[in-house]
Amino acid sequence: MKKFIMSNLSRLGPLLGLILIMIVLGFASDNFFTLDNILNLLRQVSINALIAFGMTFVILTGGIDLSVGSMLAFGSALTAGVLASGMDPILGVLIGLMAGLAMGAFNGVVITKGKVAPFIATLATMTIFRGATLVYTEGRPITGLSDSFTFEMIGKGYVFGVPFPAILMIGVFFVLFFILHKTVFGRKVYAIGGNEEASVLSGIKADRVKIGVYALTGMLSVLAGIILTSRLNSAQPTAGTMYELDAIAAVVLGGTSLAGGRGRIVGTLIGALIIGVLDNGLNLMNVSSFYQQIVKGGVILLAVLLDRRSK
Amino acid sequence: MKHLYKFMVIALLGILLAACSTESPGSSSEDTESGDSGEGNGDISIGMSISTLNNPFFVSLRDGAESAAEEAGYDITTVDAQDDAAKQVNDIEDLLQQDIDVLLVNPTDSAAVVSAIESANSEGVPVVTVDRTADGGDVVTHIASDNVAGGEMAAEFIVEEVGEEADVVELEGIPGASATRERGKGFHNIVDEKEGLEIVASQAANFNRSEGLTVMENIIQGTDSIDVVFAHNDEMALGAVEALEAQSMLDSVTVVGFDAIEDARTAVSEGRMDATVAQQPDLIGEEAISAVTSIMNDEELEEFIPVELQLVTE
Repeated sequence: MKKFIMSNLSRLGPLLGLILIMIVLGFASDNFFTLDNILNLLRQVSINALIAFGMTFVILTGGIDLSVGSMLAFGSALTAGVLASGMDPILGVLIGLMAGLAMGAFNGVVITKGKVAPFIATLATMTIFRGATLVYTEGRPITGLSDSFTFEMIGKGYVFGVPFPAILMIGVFFVLFFILHKTVFGRKVYAIGGNEEASVLSGIKADRVKIGVYALTGMLSVLAGIILTSRLNSAQPTAGTMYELDAIAAVVLGGTSLAGGRGRIVGTLIGALIIGVLDNGLNLMNVSSFYQQIVKGGVILLAVLLDRRSK
Repeated sequence: MKHLYKFMVIALLGILLAACSTESPGSSSEDTESGDSGEGNGDISIGMSISTLNNPFFVSLRDGAESAAEEAGYDITTVDAQDDAAKQVNDIEDLLQQDIDVLLVNPTDSAAVVSAIESANSEGVPVVTVDRTADGGDVVTHIASDNVAGGEMAAEFIVEEVGEEADVVELEGIPGASATRERGKGFHNIVDEKEGLEIVASQAANFNRSEGLTVMENIIQGTDSIDVVFAHNDEMALGAVEALEAQSMLDSVTVVGFDAIEDARTAVSEGRMDATVAQQPDLIGEEAISAVTSIMNDEELEEFIPVELQLVTE
């Protein structure tokens, strides 16, 4: 019985943490629990959440992807470039997403076929993709995108008053939830993370699954980048710098083990919400940005320590 | 039955499409609320979004604004975008959630900040840009250093130091950049009027110290006599100092820079440079708050409010 409570407590830990933080912020700031602010919050969270969803898959296989921010920047610059040249916005988005898929797959190939540790491989590609972005943009922001309604909708749009990025985030969440928990692919992801050798012996083509997982992360990072480009109406060559840290933090806050094989994507959604709520709430409370970073880091540290205890 | 399904799906899609918009849902109702906020002086709240507090210039700017706001009895909330354009947009939206009366923005990027300024516009919150301009949206006024006056100040100092008969070298910044244009314009306003002051060389060294060095070396080789060097920023001036020192010409040449960066201040106090023009970020912050006061009193404001510069000579 005690074991049952403990195991459920650790599963519910992130959610309880989120609720606790929200209650505290609700008392501290009158503007926190307004509908406007909650919608505003969901839109802000969507970018990190999309990247963190991909990161969850990667971390579940026991890997890590440090190149997400750079892929985001390159995909967003490419999409903006296509749009600025006057082509169809939907085509621009598709080209960007394909580039994300290709960059992610490249990561996967280097890691599996080149047998390079994910940390090192993606550290290298992080620099390469960032460099490619700077070459492509010549170090300047790309502006003068089309006034296409479709493209503006992606980042700035509302459907029944709900920000479109939030809808996109929730839609992608359900698709990924289904893939992770209801398909063979999802089961293979867990199996590889649990024990890669055993999974290979049992006939799983681990390399293929891993390449797929990194490709998915690349595509999701670019999707986040496209939202950003639409919101900023421009592509910034330095966009996404350090975004890998927020994404990894969201995954870890959500209770996914960095060793792989254990964790859930719901946790990541909650983790991303915790980070977003902290950023938003501390801003509303007029906390100095220097202290904000200490609070954020402290919460992440606390979450990981509590997670260790409950095991 | 099948037709009914089809009809329902189409109808649903239609409704969804009709519900799509890029207008913020609360935008139209907000305008009426913001009207009553200007009455009491005590509860005026200002939101200020700074590009980065990792740069002493912007820290002084914030300090100037915050102390002026405190004096005027305004509430001020400062957020730091850490040089991330996306974070700045989020920050500004967070500020707008707090029903601020005026938004002060120091953009990280002139293009990327536009959507955030547009959200402020749709909430009826007046926007003032500080130090860097925005490419779009409705901005009440822009507050920044008066680079033209700074260029004039440097030229007047030169006239005072060496008189009206001298050979002058001008090291220009990145061609076309606003600082290059404005500082050069102010400098020429004075120098072009003095017949004895002859500009013997005028070349771009792109605000860069090592380019300042090589460009100056070339100029020394190609020019007979140099009395004065004016550089559009301190980096180039310090590069020129190196070049002059190598030729042991430094003692006879007056060097004037711009920006008053730490290295330049040291060089001025050591006598290796003669003067540099300092921006006054704290004063920019104070001007921003007096602009807020004017907005709250419904006073007309100029499109651009220049802030004075200061000459550093020791």
